[in-house]
Amino acid sequence: MSAPTNIASAGSTPAKPAPVRRKKSLVELLFEGRAFFALIAIILVFSSMSPNYFTVGNFLIMASHVAIFGLLAIGMLLVILNGGIDLSVGSTLGLSGVIAGFLMQGVQLQQLGVILYPPVWVVVVLTCLLGAVVGAVNGVLIAYLRVPAFVATLGVLYVARGIALLMTNGLTYNNLGGRADLGNTGFDWLGFNRLGGVPIGVLVLALFAVICHILLTRTAFGRWLYSSGGNERAAELSGVPVKRVKIMVYVLSGVCAAVAGLVLSSQLTSAGPTAGTTYELTAIAAVVIGGAALTGGRGTVIGTMLGAFVIGFLSDGLVIIGVSAYWQTVFTGAVIVMAVLLNSIRYGRR
Amino acid sequence: MTSAPKTGEVVLAARDIAKSYGFIQALKGVNFNVHRGQVTTLFGENGAGKSTLMKILSGVVKPTSGEILLDGAPVVFASSSQAREHGISIIHQELSLAPNMNVRDNIFMGREIRGPAGVNFAEEERLTRLLLEELEEDIDPLTPVEELRLGQQQIVEIARALSVNSRILIMDEPTSALSASEVEVLFKVIRDLKARGVSIVYISHHLEEALQITDHAVVLRDGAMTAYAPRAEIDLEWIVRNMVGENFDLGSPPSGYSMGPVALSIEALTLRDRKADYNVVDQLSLDVREGEIVCIYGLMGAGRTELLESVAGRLAPTSGRVLLKGRDVTGHSIAQCIAEGLVLVPEDRQRDGLVQTMSVGRNLSLASIGTFTRGLFTSFSREAELVDGSIRNVHIKTDGGAAPIGSLSGGNQQKVVIGKMLATQPEVILLDEPSRGIDIGAKAEVFKLLAERARKGLAVVYTTSEVGECLSIAHRILVMRRGRIAAEFGPDATKEEIMAASGEAVVAHA
Repeated sequence: MSAPTNIASAGSTPAKPAPVRRKKSLVELLFEGRAFFALIAIILVFSSMSPNYFTVGNFLIMASHVAIFGLLAIGMLLVILNGGIDLSVGSTLGLSGVIAGFLMQGVQLQQLGVILYPPVWVVVVLTCLLGAVVGAVNGVLIAYLRVPAFVATLGVLYVARGIALLMTNGLTYNNLGGRADLGNTGFDWLGFNRLGGVPIGVLVLALFAVICHILLTRTAFGRWLYSSGGNERAAELSGVPVKRVKIMVYVLSGVCAAVAGLVLSSQLTSAGPTAGTTYELTAIAAVVIGGAALTGGRGTVIGTMLGAFVIGFLSDGLVIIGVSAYWQTVFTGAVIVMAVLLNSIRYGRR
Repeated sequence: MTSAPKTGEVVLAARDIAKSYGFIQALKGVNFNVHRGQVTTLFGENGAGKSTLMKILSGVVKPTSGEILLDGAPVVFASSSQAREHGISIIHQELSLAPNMNVRDNIFMGREIRGPAGVNFAEEERLTRLLLEELEEDIDPLTPVEELRLGQQQIVEIARALSVNSRILIMDEPTSALSASEVEVLFKVIRDLKARGVSIVYISHHLEEALQITDHAVVLRDGAMTAYAPRAEIDLEWIVRNMVGENFDLGSPPSGYSMGPVALSIEALTLRDRKADYNVVDQLSLDVREGEIVCIYGLMGAGRTELLESVAGRLAPTSGRVLLKGRDVTGHSIAQCIAEGLVLVPEDRQRDGLVQTMSVGRNLSLASIGTFTRGLFTSFSREAELVDGSIRNVHIKTDGGAAPIGSLSGGNQQKVVIGKMLATQPEVILLDEPSRGIDIGAKAEVFKLLAERARKGLAVVYTTSEVGECLSIAHRILVMRRGRIAAEFGPDATKEEIMAASGEAVVAHA
């Protein structure tokens, strides 16, 4: 046995071995890109069934539907990469919309006898802060008080929904348009306006997706997240601040939910306390279809976005060709099960 | 080879049993007999193949070749339950109890006594009481197992094996968590069982203890049987000699340079186990100099892992101080310790060392992300530099940094874990059983690597439970026993001395 005894001087050696890429078989390629191929298949099938499907206008409308749970799915991806789950995002979305609506209606300060009408940007910032706070509650419960993520976020799901209902008495805030004389117009900008023909909501989604992609692939935080999701003990022993990472992913998930809440209530120019019910499940489905492992450590933003579009384009397509809402539910469920089935084949035979 | 003893009828015989996992040969043709109503003990160091052999005899693992003869006829066990049907049961080294269930339900797990109304709990409870009485252990059958001491849990495990009324009982380290009086009781039970014609296959690290009870000895080394003899013909020295055998050269202490000042200073470090209420690490003091290699030898439960973990920030010590080059790092977090230059390579590579979902390169760079992060972003080129440097420096055989970590052999995976910590440019490295589960060639490479680093001024502390590994690169060998340093040796110590100090084998007093 003769091990090489070169005392390598790192840095000065020029010949960096090219990373050996293993050749992938066609089956593997199909596997890797399965969400992508599913999306193509969905588009092809519906385009052949309805002339209205394959139009720019329709794609943009569908994309703005996708924007809502696409945003939730991005936050959910971070949580799932960490090996957790966040069931509270749907409620956080609802609560955020209600808070935004409440702020837009004007905040009455009884002692001073004035009504404050915060400008839209203040409303947006405060709502995002609220999302962060809800996420921080989740994170602290899970990271420091050791409540299982499923239970902690399930509890927060109920609490957040309850607060939203309490604040509105079960009613809906309408007319979030603001009034020009109060200087708080523009709330509908997020939901209605377009930049270069693309709905703002879709652009927000794209922005968040890009930021999150960079966060995951180019920052230390991303590396911490993948490692602590893959093996928390090993990550901790390598000096990764696993608790901080854990809290951070729930905070980010809360912020994503708040932004989704803003986009949704802006699209509807109204904020109801029951908005976003069961959206957390759609978000989880998108992440799973996108190839992420629920055990943590595996998953990408691109996959999750594809997953979100698969679900969105499928359900909208079913609406367009006139399939009943009940069948839509059945199809969505079947797609989710198929995706998880493929994941377990993939990770099971490593 | 000594001829098989004549006393007692042979009930179980192993014939040329071999087992390989991939390229690693865990067992290379083992032959021995188990006699009716007698105890046969397997001796051997960690990794000698004892546990693999036991798993084969009890049907958990199938041999690659060779056969098992039961009452003279060859048998093949498809599963452990099939072995149990043939009257062979095993007490595993790792407890296999369900902690949430009570003692009675654990003992009858999977073999519940049926009554007219489902399970006959009353009968189960009565039998459990009888068993525990026989073992002289005052445990209520309805106590949840998680509320029992580790030793009591082991008693329950033994009771479960006894409840089957097996003809052949395999005991893998049954005394590792028992107190001296409990061991006495167990031995009494073993003698009773022998009288009833039950054959026992016994494994223990406590050689002295095993010699009290055994009738035959089988010694394994590196998967091969080195000796087989009845009790009357053997003594401790014979066992140790056969266990340890000729040395594979694991290197010698690096020399030809002068050690620097004290790098790591541990002062009266104490770690109290709140549950068991004793000091796992007890007022332990130790100085390690730059360039020095210290080996800590000890049995399971001697407190080696706890010592290293409380030094490196994973466990918070109850009292005492840890100084790194004079700086107090007591109670620092793991991340702070790494930043200060004090790193730990954990014992369990799969559980604590590697992130299985990440590539070789990302595992290697995990502990030093800060060094290739500029501002917000990580630099791919600087990371590749670090990864390639590590792969070269610790001689990892891999397709490159992008290869999945699972594609590496155990030895190379271990080098990744060590390389990851070395990449942080530490001043002191603590390694908990760095040679666990890797083959002898990889061991030699790991030790060579550590010796190279020590020459450059790194202070190295490693633990081992294989005495042969103490006498390799270490300048100093410390024997740990019950949380304290029981003895200290130089590199010229003998294996027998070291083993005696650990409590493993008390060689006859002169």
